[in-house]
Amino acid sequence: MNMISNKPITTTCPFCGVGCNLELHIKDDFIYKVTAPFDSVVNKGTLCVKGRFGYDFIYNKRRILNPLIRKTPQKPGARSQAFNLEEWQEVSWDEALDYTAKRLVEIYQRDGSNAMAVYCCAKATNEDNYLLQKLFRALFRSNNVDHCTRLCHAGSVVALQKAIGSAAMSNTAAEIMDTDVFIITGSNTTETHPIISIQMKAAIEKNGAKLIVVDPRRIEMVNYATLWLAEKPGSDVAVFSGMAHVILKENLYNKEFIDNRTENFQNFSKAMEKFTPEYVESITGVEKDKIIQAARLYANAKRGAIYWALGISQSTHGTDNAHSLINLALLTGHVGKRGTGLNPLRGQNNVQGASDAGAMPWHYPGYQEVDDEQSALFFEKAWNIEPGGLNREKGLTTTEILSNAHPGGVRSLFIMGENPMMTEPNLNAAHKHMQELEFVVCQDLFINESGAYADVFLPATTFAEKDGTFTNTDRRVQRVRKAIEPRGNARPDWEIISDLARKIEKLLGRPNSAYWDYKHPEEIMDEFGKVVPSYRGIKYARIEKTGLQTPVLDDNHPGTPFLYAESFPIGKAIFFPLDFKPIDEEADKDFPLILNTGRVLEHWHGGTLTRNSWLDDLFSQALVEINPVDAEKFNINHLDVVKVKSRRGEVVLRANVTQKTVTGVIFIPFHFAEAAANFLTNDALDPEALIPEFKACAVKIEKVTEDQLPTKQPYQPRGRY
Amino acid sequence: MGETIKLTINQQEIECEKDQTILQVAKSVGVDIPTICFHDHCTANALCRICVVEVKGARTLIASCVAKVSDGMVIETHNERINRSRKTIMEMMLSTSDLSQSPQLLDIASAYHADENRFNDAERRNPPIIDDNSMFVRDYEKCILCWRCVQVCAEDAQYAFAINFKGRGYHTQISTFFEKPLTESTCVFCGQCIGVCPTEALKPKRQWLLELGYESDQIMQMTRNERNKKTKKPQTSSAEK
Repeated sequence: MNMISNKPITTTCPFCGVGCNLELHIKDDFIYKVTAPFDSVVNKGTLCVKGRFGYDFIYNKRRILNPLIRKTPQKPGARSQAFNLEEWQEVSWDEALDYTAKRLVEIYQRDGSNAMAVYCCAKATNEDNYLLQKLFRALFRSNNVDHCTRLCHAGSVVALQKAIGSAAMSNTAAEIMDTDVFIITGSNTTETHPIISIQMKAAIEKNGAKLIVVDPRRIEMVNYATLWLAEKPGSDVAVFSGMAHVILKENLYNKEFIDNRTENFQNFSKAMEKFTPEYVESITGVEKDKIIQAARLYANAKRGAIYWALGISQSTHGTDNAHSLINLALLTGHVGKRGTGLNPLRGQNNVQGASDAGAMPWHYPGYQEVDDEQSALFFEKAWNIEPGGLNREKGLTTTEILSNAHPGGVRSLFIMGENPMMTEPNLNAAHKHMQELEFVVCQDLFINESGAYADVFLPATTFAEKDGTFTNTDRRVQRVRKAIEPRGNARPDWEIISDLARKIEKLLGRPNSAYWDYKHPEEIMDEFGKVVPSYRGIKYARIEKTGLQTPVLDDNHPGTPFLYAESFPIGKAIFFPLDFKPIDEEADKDFPLILNTGRVLEHWHGGTLTRNSWLDDLFSQALVEINPVDAEKFNINHLDVVKVKSRRGEVVLRANVTQKTVTGVIFIPFHFAEAAANFLTNDALDPEALIPEFKACAVKIEKVTEDQLPTKQPYQPRGRY
Repeated sequence: MGETIKLTINQQEIECEKDQTILQVAKSVGVDIPTICFHDHCTANALCRICVVEVKGARTLIASCVAKVSDGMVIETHNERINRSRKTIMEMMLSTSDLSQSPQLLDIASAYHADENRFNDAERRNPPIIDDNSMFVRDYEKCILCWRCVQVCAEDAQYAFAINFKGRGYHTQISTFFEKPLTESTCVFCGQCIGVCPTEALKPKRQWLLELGYESDQIMQMTRNERNKKTKKPQTSSAEK
């Protein structure tokens, strides 16, 4: 059988924020192969294991293909998880949506808007997210709208908004080839943004670019680095302020840029005085010479760029961490030019788009503030709502929504495609909060750890069964195309939301319709463009082949590869004087190690997709990485079963003795429900961004017997670094 | 703009920029030269020799994918000597490798009237299919050693360095080091190799199973152990359908 003649369908990868273009090769609605177009500006024919092979969750036998309602009504305080299909009743779409609308409206009419909350989804399309936040804002008058960006880059977003006025990645990944000095910090780029990492490797190996890695893990990129600054977890502010100190002292800063484009330099430079290399070495563990070398290398670069991810933002001082990077870029003028910039690598395929679409508690679409009267009036007009109708109070964030789940607080939760019961910190507490809710709706592909708590399960389609757009990490809006018919009775998210909204509207008897009669996602994007200036020029016809990078201000605007060439959105960028703050929970006698958490190449976040894919064969069980020195101290051999315990919980898993993690720090990926790292993590929050400290908490480790291991998967060795 | 030079391709006099290959210049003036191992996104390495051309004054035929143009060059891309060379290359390829799933190669073979029985006493290369993971299989019976997979695994894309040539001469084959399973090599299963393979020697597992006669439902019902098994035959019930 020769299948080469089938014409593949081009679409956008549903995994990470790189936004690779895919070609789906299909026979009888079965995707049997994925390739990448070699003329793609994003990934130039390359893919990673998830994009190439990880799509088979679409056909997984565990996928839910009919709407479900729980057989036993769930009571607040006694809500339980139902993974078994026998605990659910298959119902028609009408029945499921009527029931959902009725319960939501009951709660809203009894307890008001503050009782309503929704988790939007950074995996869903711009159109899906725009509609879901519109539903909660326009119909339930609630700003309790958030998504996983809170658990991801909230620290970076807040800092970037305050310092320069926009939170997106400033430059394009394709400019990597023009950079001559990179700083990578808090990003395990090869595993989390594989295609960006191979572009960086090419810049280093072929163009002679230099790399500085600032990370407590010996990530693969360290193999390509000129300097590795192995800091103690959470000491980022000290490292980067130390570099700023050296740059100031050695007069390596860009005076012209500082004079013309920035404010508050005097206060900032005064605050940097104390960060001498000696002082920084004493708190970060990085040799002072390396701080000096790194400062000189970055400051003297022609085009220096900073790339970072969650190691910076997931901290009780995540906002400060991000400020310390912004300060460095402003000090050297490495921003607003090709090949430079401040580049927070966004995790999810559409976290940028979901944020742009207003899936956040403090902002309407396009970052227009909910407590700003002009913005509220604008959206009231756009959505056909009576003046004064929209809620002007900032809503609750992801973590706050759950911690407010009690009588008098949040009573109902609508979850689209997220899995908070894996991704929230301190899961034991999160489970208790979840159990307190009165009504839970999950719209997803599988009954995951969160969906198992729901009263109603609405089966949505995958990326391959619907049309729409994703906005990738470098602000490129790209098409997602329906390539196969929806499996079973699954429906696209935008259709489900529109249907539900019409039913809710009827029950509420709202006089004016916010409009829900879309025939195609294209119409939703047109409406989106009318309310968000940076998307005004995004039209499906314009992004058929190649996506455009926002802002795209009108129908002829070519898009914006790099930002801030002339000025910053707030005019002059602001330096923030910083002080060093320790992590919330330091190691001590009882809990002598620090736990770091993160991802592996083969898996995706809460695991809903990849644990239901053949990808799981490549990495089938959780492993805790421990340095050989610590392993010897605690009498642990490679692949021994160990128990890791924090003040909040414990997990049992195998040990991987490796120098990839430094002494005193262990690492657990958070994808594995049977040993979920987030049972251990600390739910202390950054005071401004309200992002939890996923990356550092105190734990202890002990060897236990083999039979305590929760699942008996065969160990799959991995031969690479 | 670089320096311009003058040269002749197939009696046509043209002007072009320096520092281009003969293949690039030919393509720019609409002259079609067949290629097999050459790929736009890989470093050209002149392994297959199908793109050879005759340059006046040169002793041998020259691989146009790597040879740079120079001022005054007189190039022929198709003549009896070149065509015979291409025909022989295809005949050798047909006699040793399975090209049944490589329509582009078969097209070249028929364009040059290659006779697949010319070397009918040749020993076919038929190594067993390597099925050592759930992502993709390696069927080196179809491999023509174009080297693209090795290149994209290395500096041309992934920097994983998991595969290379093993053996010499006739016994040359693409392999991991010490023929370890891919899962124990430095392979990251990016599949860049599949993306550039011209002969379907590298094939996603689900495509391979589909071609063996499994229904898509049967494929998706396989347990972890079933899809990880080293050798697999289609179930008779589905193969008979």
